[in-house]
Amino acid sequence: MNHGLILPILLPMFAGSLLLLGAGLSLRVKRSLSLLATLMLLPLSGYLLWLADQDVLQVYAAGNWAAPFGIILLLDRLSALLLVVTAVLGSFALLYAVRGDDQRGQSFHALFQFQLMGINGAFLTGDLFNLFVFFEILLIASYSLLVHGGGVERVRAGLHYVVLNLVGSAFFLLAVGVLYGITGTLNMADMASRVAAAGPDDAALLGAAGLLLLVVFGLKAAFLPLYFWLPKAYASATAPVAALFAIMTKVGLYSIIRVYTLIFGDDAGSLANMANDWLWPIALLTLALGVIGALAAVSLQGLLAYLVVVSVGTLLAGIAIGTEQALAAALYYLVHSTWVAGGMFLLADLISRQRGDKQGLLVQGPALQNPHLLGGLFFFGAIAVAGLPPLSGFIGKLLLLRSLEPGLQALMLWPVVLGGGLLTLIALSRAGSMLFWRVGLSQLDSAELDYGRLLACAGLLLLSLLLMVGAAPLLSYVEATASQLHDLALYRQIIESGAVR
Amino acid sequence: MEAIFAATLGILTASGVYLLLRARTFPVVLGLTLISYAVNLFLFAMGRLQSGVVTVIGKSSEYADPLPQALVLTAIVIGFAMTAFVVVLALRSVGETQTDHVDGQEPAQ
Repeated sequence: MNHGLILPILLPMFAGSLLLLGAGLSLRVKRSLSLLATLMLLPLSGYLLWLADQDVLQVYAAGNWAAPFGIILLLDRLSALLLVVTAVLGSFALLYAVRGDDQRGQSFHALFQFQLMGINGAFLTGDLFNLFVFFEILLIASYSLLVHGGGVERVRAGLHYVVLNLVGSAFFLLAVGVLYGITGTLNMADMASRVAAAGPDDAALLGAAGLLLLVVFGLKAAFLPLYFWLPKAYASATAPVAALFAIMTKVGLYSIIRVYTLIFGDDAGSLANMANDWLWPIALLTLALGVIGALAAVSLQGLLAYLVVVSVGTLLAGIAIGTEQALAAALYYLVHSTWVAGGMFLLADLISRQRGDKQGLLVQGPALQNPHLLGGLFFFGAIAVAGLPPLSGFIGKLLLLRSLEPGLQALMLWPVVLGGGLLTLIALSRAGSMLFWRVGLSQLDSAELDYGRLLACAGLLLLSLLLMVGAAPLLSYVEATASQLHDLALYRQIIESGAVR
Repeated sequence: MEAIFAATLGILTASGVYLLLRARTFPVVLGLTLISYAVNLFLFAMGRLQSGVVTVIGKSSEYADPLPQALVLTAIVIGFAMTAFVVVLALRSVGETQTDHVDGQEPAQ
């Protein structure tokens, strides 16, 4: 049993607790502690990625209770990949926050750590109820982070976000209750084999519970009828918080992949892959409506929030196709879209700071102090987001489009993705020309560019370049991930062999 | 017992949903609370309804499932914390927006 598995949860938990206890410490100490804990997640998640790459499922049995009876943490390729994505995104967001944004409210660093703890826990757990617990941890931290900095807009968006997610939690519990009532287990691997063995009488209830779970995950992932909270919430959040929230929708998507490939996967009899029929139209409609929202957005932050919805739609399409090739493409696109979206939210804040009271609103404002630098970064980010060659967004979309054989599905997906890309480009160029070209003559003197912030923002955006150059190893990793996810016998061994040591 | 239990859950949930749709923060908080009661009771019932049996195997011929009880306990604690948070946020919202409507503004007449 490798204790490294539980460290991505324990490290932020202890750091967060220390930061809470030491609330009176100087800001310098708190910043160093928080930064240290977050940066340590980088080598740790790198190690776990290496471990997962050995093609053995790593299981950590809490309290050494054997698999179906105790709670297990499960490290496979998918969770390791998402841990790395989180650690990188969290580090850059925190580097940005320590340049001043953490002072705009109380306990920013403690909340940030608890947020990381919840996200890491959700990616690692192999138990359905434990997934609920980690969801709640990351949610309650995100509630407070969302209203960090105060103000009417944040409170207004925060109330919607909190109430919706509380209803979502109730649905989650109902679904888990039904699943436990029928299968008698909460361990996801064990539940998978029980669902596969379930009789036809139970299929209807199991299916209902499974679709209830889809509603919950859909609320987190923000797909079609459930995304209306997202644009307001993300657009009003403080920049480093909005950047970190780029991973939050991916927690929902991760849960969808996990539950509907494992529990309701290929082996689930009449319920096999039941989510795909729902996800396919939802994905395309989410994508289309997200693009329309982006075109209609009145502020840069609102535009970026809708682009998050667009990326959710694209990713869902990859998941809904259901082949390994499409899933691999979706996973590559997931890494790209998380980092680039985070970077764009940071960039939007850098731009807003030089526009005085116009902030991110897409109206004529004062000239920027560093138009070439910020404009260059915006140009770079826009290319990555819209999926133009040569950056990583292009590779992700190309892989997704190529994963379909010519046919009806391709006929539906290609126009939506390509048309969506074109309209995204139009929305971004409209915003860019308003922000950088159609400016007034006056220039604000008080808005100096902070190089620490610039570094964090540019670093995150330039990762797109890294994803492009390092596409080959990443692609082989995500392809192996997709085939591992469909190798259900591997997951079933967790139960059959008891706790793997 | 099952019929009474199911009817209780139904009434609790229906009242909760009604209050939730009132779109004023205080009824919404009450509605969320009622829904979480219903959900907790539902979770509890997933270990099957029995009375007067212990949760230990071997003490008697019948035993109750202890796991849902543990789950309910966790769910209650989490629900309590969440309710406390949403109450504070609702108060903050009233202070900031001068209205108790969940949208932060009075609906147009």
